[in-house]
Amino acid sequence: MDTDSLNTKYLVSFQQLRGDVPICIADVEVQDWLRIAQAVRAEGGVLISLWGTDRRTSNDLYIVSVVFCVAEGLFWLRLPVDEQKGYPDLSNIFPAAMRMQRALFDLLGIGASGADDIRPWINHGRWPKDYFPLRNQFSGLEQFDNQLEFYPFVSVEGDGVHEIAVGPIHAGIIEPGHFRFSIVGEKVLRLEELFGYTHKGVEKLFTQRTLSNGHQLAGRISGDSTVAYSWAYCMAVEGITGCQIPIRAQWLRALLLERERVSMHLLDLGALGNDAGLAFGLTQFSLLREKWVRLNDKLFGHRFMMDCIIPGGTSIDIDETGFDLLLKQCMGIEKEVKTLRDIYAEHSGLQDRFFNLGRVPPNLAEQLGLCGMAGRASDQARDARTDQATPPSAYAQLKVRKAGHISGDVASRVFVRFEEIFESIRLLREIVKLMPSGATSIPVADSSVGGFGAGWVEGWRGPIFVAIEAGAQGEIIRCHCHDPSWQNWPILQHAILGDIVPDFPIINKSFNLSYSGHDL
Amino acid sequence: MWKILKQIIHVGLPTEATPEANEVWRTEVEQIQAEILQILGRALCIREVDAGSCNACELEIQALGNPIYNVEGLGIKFVASPRHADMLLVTGPVTKNMEAAIMYAFDAMPDPKLVVALGECACTGGVFGENYATCGRVSNILPVNVTIPGCPPKPIDILRGILAAVSPIN
Repeated sequence: MDTDSLNTKYLVSFQQLRGDVPICIADVEVQDWLRIAQAVRAEGGVLISLWGTDRRTSNDLYIVSVVFCVAEGLFWLRLPVDEQKGYPDLSNIFPAAMRMQRALFDLLGIGASGADDIRPWINHGRWPKDYFPLRNQFSGLEQFDNQLEFYPFVSVEGDGVHEIAVGPIHAGIIEPGHFRFSIVGEKVLRLEELFGYTHKGVEKLFTQRTLSNGHQLAGRISGDSTVAYSWAYCMAVEGITGCQIPIRAQWLRALLLERERVSMHLLDLGALGNDAGLAFGLTQFSLLREKWVRLNDKLFGHRFMMDCIIPGGTSIDIDETGFDLLLKQCMGIEKEVKTLRDIYAEHSGLQDRFFNLGRVPPNLAEQLGLCGMAGRASDQARDARTDQATPPSAYAQLKVRKAGHISGDVASRVFVRFEEIFESIRLLREIVKLMPSGATSIPVADSSVGGFGAGWVEGWRGPIFVAIEAGAQGEIIRCHCHDPSWQNWPILQHAILGDIVPDFPIINKSFNLSYSGHDL
Repeated sequence: MWKILKQIIHVGLPTEATPEANEVWRTEVEQIQAEILQILGRALCIREVDAGSCNACELEIQALGNPIYNVEGLGIKFVASPRHADMLLVTGPVTKNMEAAIMYAFDAMPDPKLVVALGECACTGGVFGENYATCGRVSNILPVNVTIPGCPPKPIDILRGILAAVSPIN
């Protein structure tokens, strides 16, 4: 990564971080904050994540961090912030910042000055308003008896407008969250989401762990993306400790990640058929997925491949017999999925429901920052597997062919998912062919070092980012895990507009965003 | 048309009598399914509630509906309303933000009702434990009949747990 050109471009002093992610870091002043954000916006860069850290022990201030992604790679800005003054609001430049800023306030008590929306986001009233768990004086183990508080949803007024409140417990076997629909007849005028129901204090819990054992927690942030999270976490740890994992481990990690992607796309394609009235689709795809995860169990000892990625490499390996099983399965599943794709494409009932439904046109996607798989279906051609693939990552050699579409409707997201299954199967074959021999893990060289590290992995849903700041003894001062759902949940509120309430399950499933990954 | 009918009558019923079952060949899935059918006979309605899980447990519960486990064929149905439910199946450590919702769901269920805690977090609090944001394991807030360990438990273990919950205590 060329830090000199970035220094010239943004007029700050960047330092490149060690590790597999092309990312550099800089301490900035308050006047740099909006200036750089605007420059990033103007050149087509995106906001990745925003979070806060209590660093009063070291310099008596709080630090607010933001990470952007531009053509050259990622960069991380750290701004010292005074509790009273706060930091400049970024949501006018990057709308996705709004909820991140609200969560930052709930967890650390540092606000964005000038922000329009300062309603609580994670704190539903169950702990006091002046209790900020990420502050150092709190252990996170405090218990309170406070009751839930009323949340002021925006109400829509007018002739015949009424509200439908859904959740936090939903009708199906899914995660909890609240959706407030304002409707006329069946037509949705406004959808407002409320999350935080699965908030488990994950970021505070990380401070009680060390670099060498945080991956188990990271792997349980969003179970459907356990491989992506544990990889991103380990990548950050390996950056801090200067650990070069064996090359075979790089390839094994890519193998696990592609298997996770296929399994989730299989699941969602079935559910999408079912939500549109084709139960046959669910039956077929859920059978394929069951076969897929059973082979995970057989080869790696876990159906979802939890804890297979560890700091320093992988805890699993695969032999020739395993490769044979894997290739055989790829062939079988690929054939079945091709058949099912044709059936989906020719089924007029399905196509009638999928087309033009839940549209996020490319200009809106660009404006609001739609990312990941859903972004690619709205012509936002970003994929961390290719855009930031640098050696020694296996992806630098694999050359992922990005899937994409320009319509941004449910049909496009279905299209992208099919394409990504076929591409992942192609990648799995390549991985088997090119798998280097050697060890699968090495001890993390020196886990008692401090510093900054970052992880950046394209999960099936979108890019997952992990930032870690470690103290001199290898203790975790702060570990921030960011799910692409933060970017995409607010855009779901736009995708439904003009459609009808019964369409919501299909639209929602076509994105299939994470609640737990968002709520932490 | 008459030719088709004639042919059908001509051929008759060629189906042979079903052979006796070979118990040895039964897979474990089949064994458990048979036991569940014997006990339930008709139906078990389950209201599943994610009280704060990471969603891995939900994926495995969903898998029960696939053709391999086919729980609907056993008369087990996941229902939308707790008022229709015999069993509350809870995953995750119970977060503070979900505590009220899960209590409402439990109170809405008709008696007699069963509570099953599913997954490591629901059984023990798991990696999350108890803190400002979570109440920890399900038994901290509700009377639990059966706990199904595993992170997440496999579908076959979920079936085992459901079976344990509805079986009379030996």
